[in-house]
Amino acid sequence: MPIELKMPALSPTMEEGTLAKWLVKVGDTVKSGDVMAEIETDKATMEFEAVDEGVISSILVAEGTDAVKVGTVIATITGQDEDAQASPPQASPPQASPPQASPPQAPEAPTPALTAAAVPAGASPVVAGEDKSDRLKISPLARRLAAEQRIDLTTVTGTGPNGRIVKADIENAKPGAAVAAAVATRPAAPALTAAPVSAPVSTDIPHETIKLSGMRKTIARRLTESKQQVPHIYLTLDVRLDALLKLRGELNAALASRGAKVSVNDMLIKALAAALIEVPACNVSFAGDTLIQYSRADISVAVSIDGGLITPIVVDANNKALSAISVEMKSLADKAKAGKLQPREYQGGTASLSNMGMFGIKQFEAVINPPQAMIMAIGAGEKRPYIVDNALGVATVMTATGSFDHRAIDGSDGAQLMKVFKALVESPLGLVA
Amino acid sequence: MSEAYDLVVLGSGPGGYVAAIRAAQLGLKTAIVERETLGGVCLNWGCIPTKALLRSAEIYHYMQHADAYGLTSAGSGFDMAKVVARSRGVAKQLNQGVTHLMKKNKIVVHMGDGVLTGQEKLTVTNEGATIELAGKNIIVATGARARELPFAKSDGQRIWTYRHAMVPPEMPSKLLVIGSGAIGIEFASFYRDFGADVTVVEMLDRVVPVEDAEVSEFLEKSLVKQGMTVLTGAGVEMLSTTPIGVTAKIKTNDGKSADYHFSHAIVAVGIVPNTENIGLEALGIETNRGHIVTDSMCRTNVAGIWAIGDVTAPPWLAHKASHEGVIAVEAMAGLHPHAMDAKNIPGCTYCHPQVASVGLTEAKAREAGHEVKVGKFPFIGNGKAIALGEAEGFIKTVFDAKSGELLGAHMIGAEVTELIQGYTVGKTAELVETDFINTVFPHPTLSEMMHESVLGAYGRALHF
Repeated sequence: MPIELKMPALSPTMEEGTLAKWLVKVGDTVKSGDVMAEIETDKATMEFEAVDEGVISSILVAEGTDAVKVGTVIATITGQDEDAQASPPQASPPQASPPQASPPQAPEAPTPALTAAAVPAGASPVVAGEDKSDRLKISPLARRLAAEQRIDLTTVTGTGPNGRIVKADIENAKPGAAVAAAVATRPAAPALTAAPVSAPVSTDIPHETIKLSGMRKTIARRLTESKQQVPHIYLTLDVRLDALLKLRGELNAALASRGAKVSVNDMLIKALAAALIEVPACNVSFAGDTLIQYSRADISVAVSIDGGLITPIVVDANNKALSAISVEMKSLADKAKAGKLQPREYQGGTASLSNMGMFGIKQFEAVINPPQAMIMAIGAGEKRPYIVDNALGVATVMTATGSFDHRAIDGSDGAQLMKVFKALVESPLGLVA
Repeated sequence: MSEAYDLVVLGSGPGGYVAAIRAAQLGLKTAIVERETLGGVCLNWGCIPTKALLRSAEIYHYMQHADAYGLTSAGSGFDMAKVVARSRGVAKQLNQGVTHLMKKNKIVVHMGDGVLTGQEKLTVTNEGATIELAGKNIIVATGARARELPFAKSDGQRIWTYRHAMVPPEMPSKLLVIGSGAIGIEFASFYRDFGADVTVVEMLDRVVPVEDAEVSEFLEKSLVKQGMTVLTGAGVEMLSTTPIGVTAKIKTNDGKSADYHFSHAIVAVGIVPNTENIGLEALGIETNRGHIVTDSMCRTNVAGIWAIGDVTAPPWLAHKASHEGVIAVEAMAGLHPHAMDAKNIPGCTYCHPQVASVGLTEAKAREAGHEVKVGKFPFIGNGKAIALGEAEGFIKTVFDAKSGELLGAHMIGAEVTELIQGYTVGKTAELVETDFINTVFPHPTLSEMMHESVLGAYGRALHF
């Protein structure tokens, strides 16, 4: 019997993906661990590895096919002792039926073994819709509600028969668990709520129509949600950079032998994390009836990549050495640009940092990335006339603007965070302490 | 000298005797107290004997319509005394069944009037002799009785409650049925099938008012087609007996009052819980409009005293009482039973056509803030229904548009009381629309309509 290879769920809420590229062809022999295909989810391209040994007997979904539902058979393998030709490629075609024809369905479980290979062990908590949750006892309705509300099912105790998780358990799990899970699963958009609805555009102007990538749809949806649902307030101040630049020069001179090079941005990541720890009122998520106050500062750093933007995370940035942050950021940015970030590397974060200084942007207001409650927007560091001790002088100054979720954070708390951030940057020895 | 038990159940209706059996299964030393007949109203004067009566009515109806099926008969007739005798025989058989079940489970039966005299004590009085029982736990399952009109007590001659209507002294020629809930409508249907001229008066604006509005509308049309007079939005203001029948002053929905004459009247305007003279007040057991207040595990506010069935909150249905009996006993035995969810309790009315439902009506679902998807499939689109000659009715399903939760199901037509359990299982297991859609329903059956109704809610009905 041929072994069916099914579209795997590569991220917690993945329901469909694009079969970007086949790396094997019919007749190829594969063994466990061989990379057979690249699969693009809404945020990343992931490798699909073989678990079983055998010969590829058919490829049922052509490369470049998008919206391939999780669980769809994409290829078959014939065991080594069998004739590869024995299995005609006649399995069902990929399903890409329109939503009205097939109501939303929890993603089917891919072969457990396949997923275990494709997703690094212990990568993420069990979340609704993820294959692992199939091992949980949960009613279909509870499963769907949990997926909708992004509830981390590992935090839910089932009260139904034999510990089954039922609707009431999901309702009781709200809202604390919801946010914890939402942080964990943030950027993965449910396929069916892809892009915000916009009026169709018809135009006579010469143009080409570009299909939205999964990432673009996610960005569109999330930014719309944020601006519609989160009341933003913006607090702006100027920050002198001279001391920080001087320290950076000294640090890099000292680190040169180790091959490390700290950027201004690396230092700002740490400054923001330290400020959040000092002003915990800003290191929060707004969760309906409750407020989640984090005791660790994980900074999501905006990295622009082809076709969009992604925010890899520096976990616990406050407790990392600048050199460590530097090395980590370089690796994350490289992976981001290659589209190879793992979900756990971009899902989560307690606040964000976005730096447009390299483009010469003087100042801007960034859109909060929910359920985070603040984002720091950094403008260009430039020499400006500056008053120091009642005398006009020249200083290197940047303008920083914090965007805060006003439901969760009062203006005075936001201002306090900005003040602490400024102090840390202007007297940067605290960052190496 | 008092007899000591782990559990004493007061009342042996479908709540009480089921609780006693479950307790015995769990090893509790159990006694049950009954003042009248084992099995309570349900077995003896309610659910079961009425079903026996309605079965006779149904067969009589078929006999009269034999020609439609290509059959000839020498004519049809009935003997009401025999119809009633059959019904009583059925009740007796089941009553003996309960007696046997008590014996088999070693449950001690005490006949007599039980009164709670303390948290763990009660007395049972039978023909002047009183004994004392001690129970670590006591379940109050005393049920309810018919509510009477304030201005006209039932007399069993001309003015009947359900109890009289079940053993009629004579066949009514012109019958007034006051109240169009399940009991009123079932008797209206029964006597209409046997040829009585029946008028139903309902205070609310539609018959079977707890059901979905579309079901009420359909049922009213069907009853009128069968020759009944249905007055909704109408009230009986006065009712008095005359030598030849009853006179009712009825205020119709146009605001006018007039006197109408009938041979008999059935009063079916609700129930009154049996909470008097059983010692509740002295123990300070909390009640609400006469019904005992309990938590989700059937505990009253007094430790060790539990209450189940009609004596507690609605719905007042036998199967709800039985289920509560099991919940209460399992809770006292330290198990962890599931809490009762009224939205998962089905309701059935055995009129012609039958009505069955579970969960929220469409209107209630919308009221509760749900965005809904509604499916409705008619019997006329079902092959089996047409083959049976029962093409009247429909199955309606109400889903939450967002989550796919089945919020409610509402059916009217042949045998729907046997179908509703399918949706009830689904609701209890928290299935969503895809589970129903993915289920293979056997062909040809009426149950296919349950599938089609769900498909219909999602714009996918196949045969309509």
